[in-house]
Amino acid sequence: MKYPLTIAAIALAALMPPAEAAALRESGDPLASARWSEMQKAFLAGAPVVFDPRVKVIAPSTAENPMQVPVTVDATALAGVVEVVVFADFNPIVQVLRFFPEDAPAFLGFRVKLQQSTPVRAAVRTADGVWHVGGTWVNTVGGGCTAPSAAGGSKEWQQRLNEVSGRQWSEGPNAGRLRMRIVHPMDTGLVAGTPAFFLEEINFADTAGKRLMRVQTYEPVSENPVFTLQRTSADGPVEATGKDNNGNAFKARIDQ
Amino acid sequence: MPRTFTFIGKTEDFTTDNGGNIVNTAFIVAPQGVIVIDSGPSLRYGQQMRRAIATVTAKPIALVINTHHHPDHFLGNQAFADVPIAALAETRNGIAADGNAFAENLFRMSGDWMKGTEVQIPGKTLNAGRFDVAGRSLRLVALDGHTGADLVIVDDSSGVVFAGDLVFNGRAPTTPHADVAHWLAALDQLDALTREASFKVLLPGHGAPTADAAPIRQTRAWLTWLSATMRDAAKAGLDMNDTLALPLPPEFAALPVAASEYRRSVGHLFPAAEQDALGAKR
Repeated sequence: MKYPLTIAAIALAALMPPAEAAALRESGDPLASARWSEMQKAFLAGAPVVFDPRVKVIAPSTAENPMQVPVTVDATALAGVVEVVVFADFNPIVQVLRFFPEDAPAFLGFRVKLQQSTPVRAAVRTADGVWHVGGTWVNTVGGGCTAPSAAGGSKEWQQRLNEVSGRQWSEGPNAGRLRMRIVHPMDTGLVAGTPAFFLEEINFADTAGKRLMRVQTYEPVSENPVFTLQRTSADGPVEATGKDNNGNAFKARIDQ
Repeated sequence: MPRTFTFIGKTEDFTTDNGGNIVNTAFIVAPQGVIVIDSGPSLRYGQQMRRAIATVTAKPIALVINTHHHPDHFLGNQAFADVPIAALAETRNGIAADGNAFAENLFRMSGDWMKGTEVQIPGKTLNAGRFDVAGRSLRLVALDGHTGADLVIVDDSSGVVFAGDLVFNGRAPTTPHADVAHWLAALDQLDALTREASFKVLLPGHGAPTADAAPIRQTRAWLTWLSATMRDAAKAGLDMNDTLALPLPPEFAALPVAASEYRRSVGHLFPAAEQDALGAKR
């Protein structure tokens, strides 16, 4: 494994300013997590890996509400992003989501349930097969994945399941931004008597059918998920489609 | 001569250094006994309070009142388990439902100071209106906004308005159960109480007492700015991380615990502002 890693790092470093190249690291997890080698085995096995400061994972260092920890992944400084996998080393369910940017840049905001203090990481696979890893520690007091969803306390969600609201911004400092909220309990299956029930796929496409991004979501994504995407230009409405693990499908148009 | 006393807490967050002594509690020495207003964050605080009360009067404790269901205001109840403890109905329900989770959280933040503290739910229900206790006639004003039920106590004989956590002085307000619109309406009512002829002293839930309504204006200014910031951020397309990163305006940045309370409040209040901006039903 050592040989291809080194090649990847040298090749990357040659393309970067010296300061950035110095920050690239092949080994030695910058977040010093005891779970890192396990994570690498589970998600990135057999492929070259570098810790890359160009992969930005933004989250509060202390989570006020472990059920709704905001996370923003910005890998737009990298060219040729094919896939991004987001995981949290110490969460009972480690994998949070995967996204595959197509016509939209490699940028996604969402919220996540965290059970305990953990690194939250994004591993970004570029077209050359290299995984670029970034991340940040989030301290939290717990209860994120084993606490019941708010929906568990009321029947309202049954009437509103998969109800989508959203907006796009075509001007101002956030021009090109798309934000979407969808009503879903996102039950983890870790609460006694409540089986796992979560959205597992969301596609964003323009009206011509060109796909902006595909997102695979898993149990740790927060209840009533909210996603933030950044289009290169807010050019017409976007159609969001998807389904949960029980086969409930949705389709919604997000206007400007 | 009415005798009213208060224990003024620090304008800090809970730490293992301050042991949770961050809250104001009070007691009134009434003709037939002592009326205690809020019991503090722990058994130990309640016990110390009781010893301090015994140094100024030999009268028995007649009643303990909890102004609302936040843990720094009721977790000392245990030290008063032998006397009646009263609160508004919704406050009693809130303590019964959330008390243990709140206590756990304080054990985590204040540490050893919490030793032995257990939730003691108030056994008596208070209603708004005139309330005669221990030979003293109090006015109970039932408001809400900081939590679902916030009791304001007016003692006309001393001119003291016990505002509970509807008012913060020199400390950023906390919002975990806040309804800002209701809170602002409650502040208008409190403001009116301070304009009454008998008014002498306003005791906030946190921060120094005053002889005027200045802390009400300060609390209102913070809440107005906070809710406008959430609304404008959501309307402009900001997400929660963008909103967390906004700088505090200079008039609030110097307020104790402003940065940490702002971060918390984004978590509490931004999701509703976001739902409105995205056109989601609430």
